[in-house]
Amino acid sequence: MKGLVRKHGWSLGLGLLFLLLLAVTRLIQPTFGASGFESLARAALPFAFATAGMAIVVIVGGIDLSVASMMAVAAVLAAVLMERIAGVPALFIVLAAGLVMGLVNGALIVLTRVPDIVVTLAMLFVWEGVALLILETPGGAASDWLEAGIRGFFPVEGIPQALLIIVVAIGAVWLPVRRSKLGLSIYATGSDERAAFRSGVAVGRTKIAAYGLCGLFCAMGGLSLAALTGIGEPVPGPYLLASVAAVVLGGVVLGGGRGGLLGPIIAVFILRIIRTILTLMAVDPNVTTIIEGTIMVAVVMLGTWLTMRGARR
Amino acid sequence: MTDTSLLDASGIAKSFGAVRALTEARLTVDRGEVVALMGANGAGKSTFVKILTGALRPDAGRVLIRGAEASVGSPAEARRSGLVPVYQEPSLIPDLDVADNLRLGDTPVEPFRAWVAELGINRLKLSDMIGELPLATLRILDLARALAAKPDVLLLDEMTAALPTDLVERVLKVVRAEADEGLGVIYVSHRFAEISQLCDRASVLRDGRTVGDLPIEPGVEDRAVELMLGQTLDLGARETSGAVTRKTGTPRLAVRTLAARPKLSDVSFDLYPGEVLGVVALEGQGQDELFEVLAGFERPGAGTIQVDGVPVRFSHPADAIAAGLTFVPGNRSEALLSQRPVRENVALPFAARLRSWGQLKLRRERERVGYAIDKLQIDTRAQGEVQRLSGGNQQKVTIGRWIATGVETLLLFDPTRGIDVRTKRQIYPLVRELAENGAAVLYYTSELAEIPQACDRAVVIFNGRVVDVIDASAADEATLMRAAYGLTNGASAA
Repeated sequence: MKGLVRKHGWSLGLGLLFLLLLAVTRLIQPTFGASGFESLARAALPFAFATAGMAIVVIVGGIDLSVASMMAVAAVLAAVLMERIAGVPALFIVLAAGLVMGLVNGALIVLTRVPDIVVTLAMLFVWEGVALLILETPGGAASDWLEAGIRGFFPVEGIPQALLIIVVAIGAVWLPVRRSKLGLSIYATGSDERAAFRSGVAVGRTKIAAYGLCGLFCAMGGLSLAALTGIGEPVPGPYLLASVAAVVLGGVVLGGGRGGLLGPIIAVFILRIIRTILTLMAVDPNVTTIIEGTIMVAVVMLGTWLTMRGARR
Repeated sequence: MTDTSLLDASGIAKSFGAVRALTEARLTVDRGEVVALMGANGAGKSTFVKILTGALRPDAGRVLIRGAEASVGSPAEARRSGLVPVYQEPSLIPDLDVADNLRLGDTPVEPFRAWVAELGINRLKLSDMIGELPLATLRILDLARALAAKPDVLLLDEMTAALPTDLVERVLKVVRAEADEGLGVIYVSHRFAEISQLCDRASVLRDGRTVGDLPIEPGVEDRAVELMLGQTLDLGARETSGAVTRKTGTPRLAVRTLAARPKLSDVSFDLYPGEVLGVVALEGQGQDELFEVLAGFERPGAGTIQVDGVPVRFSHPADAIAAGLTFVPGNRSEALLSQRPVRENVALPFAARLRSWGQLKLRRERERVGYAIDKLQIDTRAQGEVQRLSGGNQQKVTIGRWIATGVETLLLFDPTRGIDVRTKRQIYPLVRELAENGAAVLYYTSELAEIPQACDRAVVIFNGRVVDVIDASAADEATLMRAAYGLTNGASAA
């Protein structure tokens, strides 16, 4: 139990911070209730998936600058396909496309030995172009069931459908991976690549797999974009920097090897609810970003300070 | 199967661009045999080890394990074919706990625990994080993990370098016992004492070629050194005469009753300009703390330090540097910019000491840097990046660059760790020249034989205290050894 608390201390702290912010929201806006939480969760959907993908590649010791572009490809692909063929096959085609995009990113990094930041920067433009080739202007149409699927509550009033989707989709992919040898290899590679290689880890394949998982989550993010807007939008949204921010705030160490997915996902909700609070308080939108950045630095500094104090004892 | 060698590597060649690292390397290991692999730095030892363990593919030649061609493309494959390496640095993942590290390499847990206990580590939990364990423990875990994999051939690459003496003894005993049961062992080391205790045979590599196999017998040291150097050389001669003159006047560095947690309890000595003062100590007697305090990394618990008669208090490394104390760590990667050229690394401290922000006086700098590079005797690759140099040559840069810059007090902490004999012999004159130019040098080394080579006097630290001061140029290794173990002949401590 003590070990569990220690291991998930950061996520626990973030969870408490989120509850605190939820209470603050209620204080400012007493009418903020279940429906407010539902729209919060819905808005968080694409951010959560982008963050999950980014978290995995950061844990393996890399970074993927093309997450927003891959999401755009997935979104327009979904909108175009769902206009023509039945929903469920389209869904799987989009997920497969995401996986392939991620694997391509990973394979390029491993095979060319060009630094990840350069490769994925290049791929940011490539995937953006692919999205525009598929659909030049916003259009297409997401299936009705997809749009309806992220709204409302399930299974009980109070738990937004969108939150459930985040938890189930990310959990269904990540938990089996985390417990497998691949998960161990991902952490090992991010922690110390040479030691991992010497321990017999197939470092290259592990990296490619991690980028593949990132692509898969980006496809989910693209699907949720299509579901939110009802159409496909080929221009990438603000998900790249937002996902890096949530990953860092979520306790994943840039450079790899440490952290998990729970922290970053909670961090997404924290960043979202801070924005809600600031909107409710009618703060100048230009000041909003300043406050968001300040809170991020403050939380990470506090966390580092607490960890250091804990280590000294 | 019985009369084939466990490992038979022959005709191994490997080039990196124009540099031919290996031309004709071979090695055989039979059942129950411990073979020392020796060679000066730059002889191609590291490349050979990498090829044997599958981290590199050879250009030519083949590696047979139990008579079958080993398809060694990666460490994982080499391991499956029966050759398990323990590398110089720990290869455990710092952010995972012990159990996860075992799972990663499919190491069976119970044999691993048995080996850990056998090797003398008693308090180990499988939930311990690797990053929080001391280095010596990690080396033992590496070895235990390798043994638990039931290898046919075990490759130990300088694995005792970071171990305290008692653990070294334990390791040698366990490895020898396993070899007597049939295990084949390749033992890569510079330490003759360990080789003669453990090994049956020594295979010597020079300039990428295996030049000889020597049975381990009295006098093998001289033969091995001859083979490594390619010529007969007198090991014992001191290059510079360096007549020991009693130093008088104000000491450059006067240390009185210095204490620092956890291991340094009472150390006093004087270090004069123009002198090389050796520090003789077994692993973990407080020398680490002493150097950390003098370099300004840690604050002392008690005692005083005077520089040129003026009391000083260091609260930051910058204070120590301002007082003229320059620390050269044993780990060269902490001191060099590995991706920059040699020339720039030599010039770096020189540029850092310039008081003005104006243009550098390039001409003068070039002259002095050129002089230093001449002194370093690094081959024509001197224009290249430091990371392309061998470890020994890198260490020469960390010390030799102070010839260009000029230095008042140099703190050398085990500068020859893991370096071959030939390079070592080039380092001593560098240190002597620094002293002759007026520098005061404090010289800790883990190899006692170096003390008479490089030092004028030596303080002996045992259990955190100075127990003896010896005239270094006259001391032989046996005397030093006795002193290091705290067996003084009633000589006065200063």
